Amino acid sequence: MSANKKDNNMAEETPTKPKAPRRTSTRHRPVYIVDGSRTPQLKAKGKPGPFHAANLALSCGQALLARQPFEPSDLDEVIVGCVMPGPDEANIGRVVALRLGCGKKVPAWTVQRNCASGMQALDSAAKDISLGRAELVLAGGVEAMSHAPVLLNDSMVTWLGSWMSAKTLTARIKTLAQLRPSYLKPIIALLRGLTDPVVGLNMGQTAEVLAHRFNISRSEMDAFAVRSHQRLAAAQDNNSLTEIESLYDTRGHFYEHDDGLRRDSSIENLAKLRPVFDKPFGNVTAGNSAQVTDGAAMLILASEKAVEKYHLPVLGKIVDTEWAGLEPEQMGLGPVHASTPLLKRNKLKLEDIDFWEINEAFAAQVLACLKAWQDKDYCKTELGLSDALGELDQSRLNVDGGGVSLGHPVGASGARIVLHLLHVLERNNAKTGIATLCIGGGQGGAMLIERATG
Amino acid sequence: MTGKNDNNWKVSEDSDGIVWLHLDKVNSKTNVLSARVLQEFADLIHGYSQSPPRGLVILSDKESGFIAGADVKEFNNFHTEEEAREAIERGHAIMNQLESLPCPTVAVLHGYTLGGGLELALACRYRVADDDFNTKLGLPEVKLGIHPGFGGTVRCLERVGPLKGMDMMLSGRNLSVRAAKKIGLVDYAVPRRDLREAARQSILNPPKQKPLPHWMKLLNHSRVRPWLAKLLIKKVSQKARRAHYPAPYALIDLWQHYASDRDKMLQEEAASVARLIIGKTAQNLIRVFMLQEQLKGLGRLEGYQPKHVHVVGGGIMGGDIAAWCAMQGLNVTIQDQRHESLAAALKRAYGLYKKRLKQTRRINAAMDRLMPDINGYGLVKADIVIEAIFEDVEVKRQLFREIEPKLKADALIATNTSSIPLEQLAEALNKPERLVGLHFFNPVAMMPLVEIVHGKQTSDDTRDKASAFAKTISRLPLPVTSSPGFLVNRVLMPYLIEAVTLADEGVPLKAIDQSATDFGMPMGPIELADTVGLDICLNVAEILSQDMAIDVPKILQDKVSQKQLGKKTDGGFYKFKKGKPVKPNVEKNYTAPTDLQDRMIMRMLNEIVACLRDGVVDNGDLADAGIIFGTGFAPFRGGPVHYIHDRGAEQLQKLLENLTHLYGERFQPDKGWSTLK
Repeated sequence: MSANKKDNNMAEETPTKPKAPRRTSTRHRPVYIVDGSRTPQLKAKGKPGPFHAANLALSCGQALLARQPFEPSDLDEVIVGCVMPGPDEANIGRVVALRLGCGKKVPAWTVQRNCASGMQALDSAAKDISLGRAELVLAGGVEAMSHAPVLLNDSMVTWLGSWMSAKTLTARIKTLAQLRPSYLKPIIALLRGLTDPVVGLNMGQTAEVLAHRFNISRSEMDAFAVRSHQRLAAAQDNNSLTEIESLYDTRGHFYEHDDGLRRDSSIENLAKLRPVFDKPFGNVTAGNSAQVTDGAAMLILASEKAVEKYHLPVLGKIVDTEWAGLEPEQMGLGPVHASTPLLKRNKLKLEDIDFWEINEAFAAQVLACLKAWQDKDYCKTELGLSDALGELDQSRLNVDGGGVSLGHPVGASGARIVLHLLHVLERNNAKTGIATLCIGGGQGGAMLIERATG
Repeated sequence: MTGKNDNNWKVSEDSDGIVWLHLDKVNSKTNVLSARVLQEFADLIHGYSQSPPRGLVILSDKESGFIAGADVKEFNNFHTEEEAREAIERGHAIMNQLESLPCPTVAVLHGYTLGGGLELALACRYRVADDDFNTKLGLPEVKLGIHPGFGGTVRCLERVGPLKGMDMMLSGRNLSVRAAKKIGLVDYAVPRRDLREAARQSILNPPKQKPLPHWMKLLNHSRVRPWLAKLLIKKVSQKARRAHYPAPYALIDLWQHYASDRDKMLQEEAASVARLIIGKTAQNLIRVFMLQEQLKGLGRLEGYQPKHVHVVGGGIMGGDIAAWCAMQGLNVTIQDQRHESLAAALKRAYGLYKKRLKQTRRINAAMDRLMPDINGYGLVKADIVIEAIFEDVEVKRQLFREIEPKLKADALIATNTSSIPLEQLAEALNKPERLVGLHFFNPVAMMPLVEIVHGKQTSDDTRDKASAFAKTISRLPLPVTSSPGFLVNRVLMPYLIEAVTLADEGVPLKAIDQSATDFGMPMGPIELADTVGLDICLNVAEILSQDMAIDVPKILQDKVSQKQLGKKTDGGFYKFKKGKPVKPNVEKNYTAPTDLQDRMIMRMLNEIVACLRDGVVDNGDLADAGIIFGTGFAPFRGGPVHYIHDRGAEQLQKLLENLTHLYGERFQPDKGWSTLK
């Protein structure tokens, strides 16, 4: 099967022109990552979870700020990525900043780039710092997917409108008679949010598209999922996830760990699951997809000036960032499209990167990225390379698990993988890493980071 | 009608011809109706009755509120009923004249509008109030042993009806502005920025006033009143007895007998308050009020404003102290080694906030200020660190050694120990002068007192800051020396032990408790011991017995070793059902020993004399304040030291000597009695 083969329903037949590498990587000023923390990621259990989005961001932000030598009011801005804030969380960035005690004078905003919202927040912060517009920024991402709203459909809203304006008893009876059972059918915002409105595929189906294109089998996907769980289990057992700050609810419970982990995960168990997106013959199941999860990750970014002023320890620095667009049907290949120019621009090869975090939206999607890079044809026509980029050593990829085992709270993951990658680099005394993810709607984002050494 | 510019009242007239009367009492942060303020007001109102303006608006220039009530200090000036009655009738005359002004009158209310302040507002035609959470309206006179006396009983009942009105006056409870609007006490509840316009419009376009609903008037009917009065008396008697607290009963009587005749009721109101105010109960409750002000005064310290508290130890005390501090607006980090403790502390905090703060936004804000901090990040930035871990000298010392180098240079170090001398703990510190005891009482949210324990090494600066901290979190600071049991536990313990001894001798539990509540204690000693926890009682008793003549009764040790610890294990001396003790009835033909009450109370009094002699507190007033606010000791008796003087020290010493003959050395009068005579 050729890697160029496309599905029949593809919107455009013309192959995308490889983009020439843009701009150089030189920035005005270096951007440092000082510290960061995240919440445990809590799997949605069919009802709203114990924390609203703002509370999640607040919890990890509070602990993070409490251990800094500066005051929250010393921040120049707060940027939070979030796809679906709750109804009481308009501009959730500002809500979180005020509740963190940053004070009225610290401006705050919210960014949304779907699954990369958290990474967008970091990039926006980095941009402001590199341009000299800010010295010290709190940035990150949050998502309480279990709290995604359930909405009334348009017919119901219209009916409610006429009900409100019906004043007399007869008018009310008339209006009541117009109510149809179908009006009561709710809109599940979460499912709509995970469906591409332009091409009409949900995210799981885009993973099926990639599995089909790159000939990825069900057992490959399931094996990948099992490994993700095993790696997370090992990380928990070795206390490697030091960036987690425990959560406490108001009912006397506390949450220390990512609770989506299945220590009993096995290829045999996963093989029993039915496909959920392409029923009944597809291969993408709940078991080899990212979990629907609540969580937050917040980081502190600083300029050199701020690092010196407050004597801040430095975890690492953001070297370069790349955003890329591709067919929405193949959004899962976003990491390939974003990372390739990033490598090229910085004159790096795959093997020059010590550790990788490719967000696991779907096992199939990550595997497709790896196969695309090994596919000479794909690399030539889609990425404008002269040859295949090569094979990514999977022992250096998602070493402590990923979305499949610990969930993918869409607004938070972009920030989480950058933070975790820094910890992985530190633990292994390594230097360079790339955190990258695919973005619903057909985009990819990639961030090249370097650990502070010496 | 402008021109007359007094000290306390400022007058201005606007282009509509409305006169604005601003009350701004000189040399005071709060407005109170002192004799001087009232006299000036009388002169002004007299003038307006001669030539009325278009309208009259009465408002306060103080940030704290409209008027906080009468000037309680002046209550002590009355020597006879007649003197009191004259003063009250002067007030009546002013309010009556205000009420009968021919022009519309409006009171503009914000912050505290209490007692006489609300009575004045009720004499106006309209009341407009700030819709903020800080607006509090109430008639709390009953807490001082009297009832409203500026015509408030009449006007309050007319305005809101007998049910709500009597409830307000009998409980002395403050109403939120929302509740006040709902029952019709205020005409408009608007944002602060709209208050003046609301007052102006009330005069220019007077709103219609809704009369009380018919059924409410019916309750005021002379045939219905005796029946309703009976119900009210029954309700009141569950909380306070007539012999101890006559005021609520006098109020019910007043209403029952005179509500049909407005003028008569006003006259009788004055007579009733005059009778009450020179009575012992009122005088003692006024004394308690002054003691409270005295303690608040001890917490006054210019320029000290702690903002961040770090609590180490997430048990019941630590958790509740942290929760309370956050509720009072401080930023709090609470540290414990166990997630379970922190989670439980947060749960209790949430329960407290839900009950007290009510609005979701305010609950969330308080929760946001309370940060669980398992890693102890908060230590470094804290202005004050409160240690509330378990009672072990070495563990506490170790903790102090660990944390001291991390703290800010000027951070206060406080311990909530109830039994360890501060000097022993201070040995672990490089700067021992900054260690102070902050001894809170359980339950923290209910008990207003905090003992400020100063060891020999504690600097005056530290002690004063600790007192100021207590005031910041709305608690009353009581400075005590670091001696075993400090003041409150030391005085309480002999009383509890004697009660347990009596139980051991076979006196029925209910009879023991009954005897104490007859004296005026809020709760009997056996129930109190069960509520506090018998293990804690035993622990304190054992520590105190090292220095004091306390024989720990065996029954207490037995109960603890059998894990019958009281309320928390659903069984101690009493069995507990749903948190309430089940008290078995006393046999019908049982007569309690005649010296039952004396044995318990006298041990308490003997110990307070010892405390005074030891200099645990500076004087008898502070001792009284500590025992009243720390134990709930019968407030209407004015405190134990006051009570000793009231009954005669010499006589009580003889009583102790008699008890010594009968029951042994533990009743031996302290040497200090001789100096009391």
